[in-house]
Amino acid sequence: MWRVGLVFGAVAWFVSLAGLVEALHARWVVDGVFSAGQALLVLLLAASGWVGARRSGATLAARLGAGTVAGATAGFCLGLLAWLGAHVNLRAMFINASPVLFELLLRGRPPESGWAANLLVGAALGLAGSLVGVAPAGLVRPLLAGLAGALGLGLFQDLVLLILQPEALTSVREWLFVAGGGPTVQGVLAAATASAAGAGLRPAVKTLAPGASLPPRAAQVVWSLVGVALLATLPVAGGPFVAQVLVIVGLYTLMGLGLNLEVGLAGLLDLGFVAFFAIGAYTVGLLTSTGEHGIAHWSFWAAVPVAVLVSLVAGVVLGIPVLGIRGDYLAIATLGFGEIVRLLVLSDALRPWLGGSQGVLAIPKPVVAGFELSGPQHLYYLTVVASAVVAYVAWRLQDSRLGRAWMAIREDEDVAEALGINLVSVKLLAYGLGAAFAGVGGAIFAVMVGSVFPHSFQLLISIQVLALIIVGGMGSIPGVLVGSAVLIGLPELLREFGEFRFLVYGAALVAMMLLRPEGLLPAAAQRRELHAEVEAEPQSAQLAAGTATEGR
Amino acid sequence: MALLELEDLHVYYGNIHALKGVSLHVEAGEIVALLGANGAGKSTTLNTVSGLLRPRRGSVRLEGDDLIRVPPHRIVERGVVQVPEGRRIFGQLTVLENLEMGAFTRTDPQGVKEDLERVFTLFPRLKERAGQVAGTLSGGEQQMLAIGRALMARPRVLLMDEPSMGLAPLLVEQIFDAIQEINRQGTTILLVEQNAYMALQVAHRGYVLQTGQVVLSGPAEQLRENPEVKRAYLGG
Ligand SMILES: Nc1ncnc2c1ncn2[C@@H]1O[C@H](COP(=O)(O)OP(=O)(O)OP(=O)(O)O)[C@@H](O)[C@H]1O
Ligand SMILES: [Mg+2]
Repeated sequence: MWRVGLVFGAVAWFVSLAGLVEALHARWVVDGVFSAGQALLVLLLAASGWVGARRSGATLAARLGAGTVAGATAGFCLGLLAWLGAHVNLRAMFINASPVLFELLLRGRPPESGWAANLLVGAALGLAGSLVGVAPAGLVRPLLAGLAGALGLGLFQDLVLLILQPEALTSVREWLFVAGGGPTVQGVLAAATASAAGAGLRPAVKTLAPGASLPPRAAQVVWSLVGVALLATLPVAGGPFVAQVLVIVGLYTLMGLGLNLEVGLAGLLDLGFVAFFAIGAYTVGLLTSTGEHGIAHWSFWAAVPVAVLVSLVAGVVLGIPVLGIRGDYLAIATLGFGEIVRLLVLSDALRPWLGGSQGVLAIPKPVVAGFELSGPQHLYYLTVVASAVVAYVAWRLQDSRLGRAWMAIREDEDVAEALGINLVSVKLLAYGLGAAFAGVGGAIFAVMVGSVFPHSFQLLISIQVLALIIVGGMGSIPGVLVGSAVLIGLPELLREFGEFRFLVYGAALVAMMLLRPEGLLPAAAQRRELHAEVEAEPQSAQLAAGTATEGR
Repeated sequence: MALLELEDLHVYYGNIHALKGVSLHVEAGEIVALLGANGAGKSTTLNTVSGLLRPRRGSVRLEGDDLIRVPPHRIVERGVVQVPEGRRIFGQLTVLENLEMGAFTRTDPQGVKEDLERVFTLFPRLKERAGQVAGTLSGGEQQMLAIGRALMARPRVLLMDEPSMGLAPLLVEQIFDAIQEINRQGTTILLVEQNAYMALQVAHRGYVLQTGQVVLSGPAEQLRENPEVKRAYLGG
């Protein structure tokens, strides 16, 4: 079990030396008492206990013991780091091995005894973690929810403070937060209690909720209305910052829905997807701009259909040369396409028309019945409507004849062809429609920023879109929304830890692939594939029984 | 005029000359066996008929119409459907979804429904397992599914590539019973087999292929008695 502890110890070393702990240390979970950096280390120690307990022996005592040992080992590692930091100049190599970090690890003790203190704290937290590991689920869920609530209040305090801005809420604000600082003790307790109670009462809420006594159809309507009302009020309650984050989530959702057609449904890997987003953005930019590169001075609404059409054609044009390419090679070829488009708009040769690195400026905002959709709070509604429409189209496509054909070529291209599926048209439709969806996103992006530049369309965007559909669940439409909320929305909300964004991103992706490879909200077929072993067991037993009866 | 006629087919994989002038014909209502050792060119022949491979020379004609240059999906629409070698069902989809995929080119929902019933009567096992994920079926059941999926396109000519491959003797018999039944219901069959004994039991006529050429042909009973076939393929 000490091995589990070593793994977690190594993770703790890593986050400490990478600077994440220190960065989070600047953020109070309980003002003046407990920081997010400390919370991260505490969570790691407890988690090692939890994993240790779940991995070992049958008896309760053995599991608690294992958890304690694992926690103590991880604590020992931290203590060792603190001791090393006090005696060796780690800073020569690790710029983040700062005095602040060691002060945090030792809490004012000399390294010799601080080392032991870390071990003891580790053991205690390991034991606590293993207790959570052996506790019944009915108890653990509210406990974890309470923990998340307590941490959430501190981590998202900027957001909460924004919402509590209005004068009328001043007293609530002052009760929850120390002026200019982190959450108060009572605030954290309240947040923890509220989320714990929420999680604990969930089964009860389910039966008492407005839907429960209604027939299912009516309940659906009620829930949809609640959902729509929530979506409609979100940017008003959250203010422009939240609205901006939501618009970005929406744009990635649009791209995700498009790429999901290609990769998730048709199995055609595409790493140049940002190209279609760029093409949509540039088309709207050129058609509507009032600046020097504007060619038509159209309204946004007239330009959008053209942008969608141009993206669609671009998708088909990309599709033609790569029709015969499969698998990994396809990823490389499409990667090239994405870069070609970016370099073309950046090129000097096309500068007179596309503006080169200066981009296309002065893109007017869309106007609805004389009302200009100016800030993110207005554009949010545009994004929501566009996403809803696109999601509806994607959903209808998925269940259509075309959707079936995509599924067939994803599974086995040769057989699909032998069954009478026209590979050429079906593949080109996947590229074209996927690209059209991204074009919608690009169009909105152009008016949101008010200008388009080549450097907005980096390869990284293609990769993020791919990552979000993998995290959400390949081929799953709700998965796209969840994926972009988690992978795009959360990091946007936690902007001040921006430099660690990709560190956490990478770790989350690796953890995801190990623990839940089918994604957060998987589509049915994926779930089947990745859990085939689990499912196969009872069935093979059935088969054996079948053959046995036959043998008579 | 023969229903399906192959004339002087030459097919290459790069420099490999896989078919060296294969000619054969299948009359409406027949079961014709195409026999040969590994690498003789049996699958190549079927894939050329399906339009998946383009011959360098020669012709494939369905009721006199040339099929070369007709894309594979149109060939399926014209009623020439293949059960590929090694089954190759859609492992992640359910049995029912696999069967529906077979009816992809059809536009008559009523007829599709009838054919589904026909497949389920032919292979009651598939009906029992309609909702099961196809990848978890046994080998024999997967072969039944592959045949059933091809039948869903309502073929006039069914091309079968080694349906007995890797199956236990009892299951092989079941599959061959089904092949005869399908033929009795009016489907013409071109059957590729290494199991010459079984194939010549159900077929009307047969061809023997050797390194890309037809070396023997004739009525099934005659081939069964042929000393060369006996030695090479019947283990006798
Ligand atoms: N994709 C390919 N590329 C190159 N050569 C191939 C390819 N497919 C088949 N061949 C060659 O063509 C010849 C005929 O192969 P084919 O698959 O038609 O044989 P077969 O009679 O079906 O054999 P088997 O009974 O083993 O399935 C063989 O020599 C084989 O190596
Ligand atoms: Mg073969």
